Amino acid sequence: MTATSGLSGLTVSDLRGDSRRLGRERRVRSLLFAAAAISVIISALILFVLVRGTAEFLRLVYLEQLVDTGWFPRRRRYDLSTIVVGSVIIGLIAMLVALPFGLGTAVYLSEYAKPRVRKVVKPIIEVLAGVPSVVVGYFALKFIAPNVVGSIFDPSQERNMLAAGLGIGILVIPIMASVSEDALRAVPGSLREASYGVGAKKSTTTMRIVFPAAVSGIVAAFIIATSRAIGETMVATMAGGLDGSGPFAKFPTQPGLTMTAAMTNAVGGTDQVKGGSAFQVLFFVGLLLFLITLGLNAIGNRFVRKIRNRY
Amino acid sequence: MSDTSITGTRTTSHSATERVREALTKRDRNISGLLLQTAVLVALLSTLLILFTLLGRMLTQAWPVLTNRGTGFLTDTIGSNPEKVGIWPGLFGSFFIGMGVLLISIPIGLATAIYLEEYAPKNRLTQFFVVNIRNLAGVPAVIYGVLGLTIFVGWLKPVTSGSTVIAASLTLAVLVLPMVVITSSEAIRSVPQPLREAGYGVGATKWEVTRDHVLPYAAPGVLTGLVLSLARALGEAAPLIVIGAITGLLPSTSLTDRFTALPMIIYSWSGKAADRQAELFNFPNVAAAAGLVLMVLVLAFNIIAIVLRNKYERKRTGT
Repeated sequence: MTATSGLSGLTVSDLRGDSRRLGRERRVRSLLFAAAAISVIISALILFVLVRGTAEFLRLVYLEQLVDTGWFPRRRRYDLSTIVVGSVIIGLIAMLVALPFGLGTAVYLSEYAKPRVRKVVKPIIEVLAGVPSVVVGYFALKFIAPNVVGSIFDPSQERNMLAAGLGIGILVIPIMASVSEDALRAVPGSLREASYGVGAKKSTTTMRIVFPAAVSGIVAAFIIATSRAIGETMVATMAGGLDGSGPFAKFPTQPGLTMTAAMTNAVGGTDQVKGGSAFQVLFFVGLLLFLITLGLNAIGNRFVRKIRNRY
Repeated sequence: MSDTSITGTRTTSHSATERVREALTKRDRNISGLLLQTAVLVALLSTLLILFTLLGRMLTQAWPVLTNRGTGFLTDTIGSNPEKVGIWPGLFGSFFIGMGVLLISIPIGLATAIYLEEYAPKNRLTQFFVVNIRNLAGVPAVIYGVLGLTIFVGWLKPVTSGSTVIAASLTLAVLVLPMVVITSSEAIRSVPQPLREAGYGVGATKWEVTRDHVLPYAAPGVLTGLVLSLARALGEAAPLIVIGAITGLLPSTSLTDRFTALPMIIYSWSGKAADRQAELFNFPNVAAAAGLVLMVLVLAFNIIAIVLRNKYERKRTGT
């Protein structure tokens, strides 16, 4: 380089760098920016498609059809409360399963497990996270429904909201476990040591020190898992017990319809007329589901950021 | 807590030394601690029990079918006779869905991650990009199906020719894109800063540093995320139902015709009633066999990812 031989021969253009390399740098930067912008376009398209379809649907129906009890698309009855309550009940059952098992697993792995145990058990839990939802749906349909739900309650109605909720609960245990384990492990060891230092027992330390410190992360885990449970489709469609239409149901032992199951049935049925309100309802329910899960995730992510900022 | 205290009034007759010794050596009955430990252990064991019940159930139902049919189960086509059906059209569909993810999500997702981690200025727009991707990752799969139905099956019909495997792979590529971005971003973020500074110090441009130093260092982490994303795409069924995958008979396997995929086949066969006459070859068992094939595929990808990540972590932490 010229710089080593003294500054006499050095001009401004020498310091500017190789124009070929800088040109490539600019091209790469705009290419990468374009790739990043694609995600924004996808979001905009999702919103556009859902809103446009919803507008179309609302032009086809009267308001009374949205509150007329029961979900019967073929009879043009789209009672929102039927599918929303169905989703809420199934989501609640799922979280009743996922919260104790997921959180207990997280506490064990984070606070009690020896490193050797953790090294074996954690990957196994992660394997559970990888089981496809259609396989869990099969399990809910062919095992949970007849062998668990059917043996306790009315066996003639073994495919019901309870069976679907238990299946979805199994599906979200790993999410609950891994997000809350991250939160528990993010609590600094010095906090635990300080607690032991003043003579507190392990259980006291876990319950009074680690837990409160990680609580926002655990809340986040719960909210994110709830959002996933409400958005889960296959298990609800397969084990919920209804084939696209049904009356309002409020007991877990009744067959029920979720928002997601209503969506797959709006397109999956063989005798649907494309373009009619029975098809357009897909977009309406989709928008509703989109807004609900978006809201839950936004709250959940806020809690995750809270714990990340603290430690 | 009071029963462990050395100043407790439990054994007043003992001398102070004895009391201290007792407190330090004797295992006192720590009921609440034992309860908590038992509770979390039961939770863990129950989770494992559920997992093994699921795996065991799939295996016992699927095994006779798979051993009787052998490779014929993989190479035959779908149909109405459970003794003769196979999953070939599903494997065909799932293969091209995987290819779509590899060819579309990976370049775009990785480029997005590089932009966000290495290039993007810290401003409102970048923050918007990041929040947007996080929100996209939480959108339920079935909604991506609605997107695919409108855009890839509807608007882009000249390209995809309707409800075809091309539309399916585009839809699932979009679905896993946020996952690819998030996992790749995390891998790139974990690259130590001095590595970059050394590069800049000898006059390399940003892209040269990224290409030659950051990406090779982040590669195992990126790869882990990619494998997990691929596994996720292969297991999704809900978007495929919405964009119109076939659940009944399929005449041919072609890129421009109606399609099906492995998870769709399981969904469709699970819904069929069991024929009491046929002990072995009824649809529930055949569905379990197809489910087992899918699980082996997806879990193999997951195990590869976990092994990769553990190896990578060991390298990074030096243990």
